[in-house]
Amino acid sequence: MPGETIAEETIADVVVVDYGLGNLRSVTRGLERAGAGVEITDDPDDFAAADGVVLPGVGAFREGMENAGPYREALANYAAAGRPLFGICLGMQMLLGSSEEAKHAGEGDVEGLNLIPGTNVRFDVDRKIPHMGWNELAVTRDHPVVAGVDGEYAYFVHSYYALPDDDDAVVAESDYGASFPAVIANERGNVFGTQFHPEKSGETGLRILRNFVDYCADG
Amino acid sequence: MALTKRIIPCIDVDLDEDGNAAVYTGVHFEDLQYTGDPVEMAKAYNDAGADEFVFLDITASAEGRETMLDTVSAVADECFIPLTVGGGIRTKADIKETLRAGADKVSITTGALERPELINEGAAAFGSQCIVISVDARRRYDEEGEHYVEVDGESCWFECTKKGGREGTGIDVIEWAREAESRGAGELFVNSIDADGTKDGYDVPLTSAVCDAVSTPVIASSGCGGPEDMYEVFTDAGADAALAASIFHFGEYTIREIKEYLDERDVPVRL
Repeated sequence: MPGETIAEETIADVVVVDYGLGNLRSVTRGLERAGAGVEITDDPDDFAAADGVVLPGVGAFREGMENAGPYREALANYAAAGRPLFGICLGMQMLLGSSEEAKHAGEGDVEGLNLIPGTNVRFDVDRKIPHMGWNELAVTRDHPVVAGVDGEYAYFVHSYYALPDDDDAVVAESDYGASFPAVIANERGNVFGTQFHPEKSGETGLRILRNFVDYCADG
Repeated sequence: MALTKRIIPCIDVDLDEDGNAAVYTGVHFEDLQYTGDPVEMAKAYNDAGADEFVFLDITASAEGRETMLDTVSAVADECFIPLTVGGGIRTKADIKETLRAGADKVSITTGALERPELINEGAAAFGSQCIVISVDARRRYDEEGEHYVEVDGESCWFECTKKGGREGTGIDVIEWAREAESRGAGELFVNSIDADGTKDGYDVPLTSAVCDAVSTPVIASSGCGGPEDMYEVFTDAGADAALAASIFHFGEYTIREIKEYLDERDVPVRL
């Protein structure tokens, strides 16, 4: 738009991985609002030059992993180099090693990215599935991405949730009949994800995206 | 700590005389009145604390379609809350282009009644979470239904209608809700032709019957006149979300006022 000079205010360059699933427009707009220069890419070679990589996603685990297959090595290398990798919703679930969803769908085991050891499990509660709507975040340990959001609400829509092997991987929880991880991170802290959609979580979501962009800028 | 009840403003969008998208709101799906610019309204509701936003394209014309997708994109750019778009969606390609324009969910009415497989196709390709099946229910007091409820001493059933209530289908809403769920609908959006525009309150027997029949989230719509109606549809009918149009558009209540009213009565809301 004429007069808008988003580029001048950009504090970090972020790539959003376009592996063919999901609404990339809203995550892109959210990141831009948070101060990032955003490139949507389907080329793993673009990761190296970026200050951070976002793995978005809605849909099914198997389809997600099939589509993300070509990015597996590049994402693993990026994570191993200690650089910021942010998974959102299905993108977060894909950071783990496996998911009951593929088994549930009769598709056998589907291997995740395994950057945070654990598996994704289906809600086993006497409540409506999917868990859909705004729920409260309880931050359980410090991580830059959750600064300032304890007790705030975020927008969730999911039937499965991440269950990391290591309890310390849980950064924030929410409660739906039972408490479940809402934000997770690896031990080093550079690979993390939110089960909810920050790009759809109003001011709280924008705060998380700003935290992420700041983290990328510091890296 | 709990999942909150959602308060959802809805706008009906049509083309104005100059071919631009404009917001209209009506009574009983007729007598449309002009009330504003869709992008400005979306931005205002986003800032006012709406939990989601619903955009219904009521042009139902080919020439309107492209303008509407541009408008959806402009609305999506201002909306950092979930955006549902409905109106004229009949094919998997329609779902795809609406999602690509920036919608998070699509609301489908007639397209699914005419070809129920559309629900399966949409859910398989894009996930159940983005497939909202909308019903325009009408009370019928004859013997042709399958599921009856007592309303004010009379027995009635609810029929799915098409074309905003102008055409009946003979399909029982409760049966259809169950079928839609089994085909992969992620949410049900329950409109009432009888209550629409009246401001006398939601159709609680209808909403309650649908909530009892399915385990997917139910959005109550039509008839909201104020916070007490939302309270009633959440507590008596078990709705997961409540939608309203005119009470917000005409500034009768703010979203904040509604949420404070509900919060004081222990209905969980995002404040």
